[in-house]
Amino acid sequence: MARSIKKGPYIDANLLAKIDELNRINQKKVIKTWARRSTIPPEFIGHTLAVHNGNKFVPVFISENMVGHKLGEFALTRTFRGHTEKKSEKSSRP
Amino acid sequence: MARISGIDLPRDKRIEVALTYIYGIGLTTSREILEKTRINPDTRVRDMQPDEVAKIRDLIANDYKVEGALRSETQMNIKRLIDIGCYRGMRHRRNLPVRGQRTHTNARTRRARRGGVGIRKKK
Repeated sequence: MARSIKKGPYIDANLLAKIDELNRINQKKVIKTWARRSTIPPEFIGHTLAVHNGNKFVPVFISENMVGHKLGEFALTRTFRGHTEKKSEKSSRP
Repeated sequence: MARISGIDLPRDKRIEVALTYIYGIGLTTSREILEKTRINPDTRVRDMQPDEVAKIRDLIANDYKVEGALRSETQMNIKRLIDIGCYRGMRHRRNLPVRGQRTHTNARTRRARRGGVGIRKKK
């Protein structure tokens, strides 16, 4: 079920505060974050965030199109290396 | 001949159903259109007056996104997901189910005939 409109989007407060600060002093810095569940607000555009995928931090450059998605969507948590090949099968990308 | 949005409507069907042959128009939309144009949904396409056809054609052209325009919009949406590199985009790229369905079994609509696995034949 989708989140109620009434509540508005969930945006990680700490992260937003940090970004606001960077926007205020007009700087760009890579911020490490675990807040995969946070929605991307327009303030994030142009910043690069290092989003934790459970193992390491994946750098994600936020572009205009990404607004409204969650940070976690851009840092994949699973690696799929393909199944063992029996015959000559097309190998899928990692 | 009733031609609407580049599609020939089947002559012998009721107009209500015939409109659903247009991509982007289902029964609900079809009924809505006939409601707005005040046309009896039960008239057969071959019995339609030219001015009725014109009315429908204008309404669809102005208020609804159908056929090519609708298809390209869908494609654009998918392309956007692919371009921003998000999870849903990845699933589209690999032609796997996008909305969290299982892939251990089933999912044949998206996965059919990939790399030798294929549809199993009956013995």
